[in-house]
Amino acid sequence: MIASYRGFITLCRKEVQRFLSVSVQTVFAPLVSTLLYLLIFGQVMPEGASGFDTLSYHQFLLPGLIMMAMLQNAFSNSSSSLIQSKMYRNLDLLLLSPLSPLAIFLAFVVGAVVRGLMVGIAIAVVASFWVPMPVTHLAWVIVFALLTTMVLGALGFLAGLWADKYDKLAAFQNFVILPLTFLSGVFYSVAILPPVWQTATWLNPFFYMVDGFRYGVLGVSDVSPWLSLAVTFGFMLVLSMVTVSLLARGWKTRR
Amino acid sequence: MNNQSAVSAIEIRDVVKSYRDVAALKSVSLSIPQGSFFALLGPNGAGKSTLISIIAGLVKADAGHVNILGHDVVSDYADARRLIGLVPQELIDEPFFAIQDLLRIQAGYFGFGQEQWPWIDELLHNLGLWDKRKETMPSLSGGMKRRVLIALALVHKPKVLVLDEPTAGVDIELRLGLWTFIRQLHAQGMTIILTTHYLEEAEQLCEQIAILREGQLLALSSTQALLAAHPWEYIEVTLQGENSVLPEALQASVHRQQANKWVLRLPRGMVRTELVANLQQAGCLLSEMRSIEASLEDVFRAMTSKDLL
Repeated sequence: MIASYRGFITLCRKEVQRFLSVSVQTVFAPLVSTLLYLLIFGQVMPEGASGFDTLSYHQFLLPGLIMMAMLQNAFSNSSSSLIQSKMYRNLDLLLLSPLSPLAIFLAFVVGAVVRGLMVGIAIAVVASFWVPMPVTHLAWVIVFALLTTMVLGALGFLAGLWADKYDKLAAFQNFVILPLTFLSGVFYSVAILPPVWQTATWLNPFFYMVDGFRYGVLGVSDVSPWLSLAVTFGFMLVLSMVTVSLLARGWKTRR
Repeated sequence: MNNQSAVSAIEIRDVVKSYRDVAALKSVSLSIPQGSFFALLGPNGAGKSTLISIIAGLVKADAGHVNILGHDVVSDYADARRLIGLVPQELIDEPFFAIQDLLRIQAGYFGFGQEQWPWIDELLHNLGLWDKRKETMPSLSGGMKRRVLIALALVHKPKVLVLDEPTAGVDIELRLGLWTFIRQLHAQGMTIILTTHYLEEAEQLCEQIAILREGQLLALSSTQALLAAHPWEYIEVTLQGENSVLPEALQASVHRQQANKWVLRLPRGMVRTELVANLQQAGCLLSEMRSIEASLEDVFRAMTSKDLL
């Protein structure tokens, strides 16, 4: 039991050290690109795009951008770590160890959560110098930040498990993650969309993560934070069960 | 025989594995005793690496069971993996961590912390990696990477070490150093399982040998018994005169020839006087005749070549 715990902690540490060893690429680059988004979209988008009269567009946009950066980086961390391990063939070292499929999965998710949170906190700190960001419900902020990075860490693990070359992973990132992120209400309120697009947005799980997080920061949201919590938690549970089960069966790993 | 030695290091029962329509292993069963130095031989595609990967848990068998010191590699995988170390055939890379850190991480997966660091340092010294401990894998040569793989397989002090083609592409000096180190581990009680294409290595090192062909076990025996059971014996005949010609009746038995020297492959038990009589009848002047022991390579070739069966 203690040996298993030590093994899990070792893999968690390794996953965190891996991305910290290339922190310019994994932490500072997303910080800069998100601040550019804030600068450019904050200038060109009309004030009414937030859908809330009481908020400036900058204020509306910032929590969405933080969430976008957190979810994209959480996804990148677990997916790129796994695909690199496959390409370099060092995944075998992990598969030869006594670590359980659940422990391997959770450790990769921990790495993703740490990177996602680091990026999110860095953006919040730097952006707060010119966009006021009063946190209305801190507990909701923490819950959605954690849950979202966990979900995207799990999704990244699943994508990394499925992909057997970088090209496949890039396709997943560009044709699944990016559209779901951009259509999740990061840049606008769902309330201003035509009915068809509103309905499409309800089917996007990323929308509930962004909306719940925005509620925690600003105290306003398109749907109830409880609904967002239920959808996000349910998504995480199903995703985790599927991924761990595939890993335990040796899908794409144990030939 | 006590209870501990009664348990096999590796027990393989009716293991079957196919890749799509290709049968890699067709119901293989064998037992490897504790403390043995065991060779698993066979031509390319015989199923050696597949079998080794199933033992180590990297490949799942379609049917059958594998136990490591009594622990099933599927249902009791955690305990089974703690008992085995695998040196894979293919080299790996890890660009993010230095060699020493990589070894410490690998030990950590098995539940070891700083208490294992002296052993890791010992491995680095014994395998000639100490000066490279701060470097990463991509900066190392193929031979150095092979040493790192051996160290990685040993960080948790396994009871069974499996080496899949450990000396492929390795220079002679390193090969000799490697075998000296492996012999030391074996002398300390570690069970060593080896696949290699260098049959003289297997003959010198291994007490027991299994030969696979097309996913089936052809032979499982001690090295001596395998050599003794070989149905042929080899006799080197040297005739006087550089232009000597071997009698027609013996041409079919020529195993190899160099100038006026022939190595004949004859059925074991053939009377030598019969051979000498044949030569004399043909007018050949015998200069020298000596018996050559069958090598493992001769046995292997005879068993794995369809033409010779």
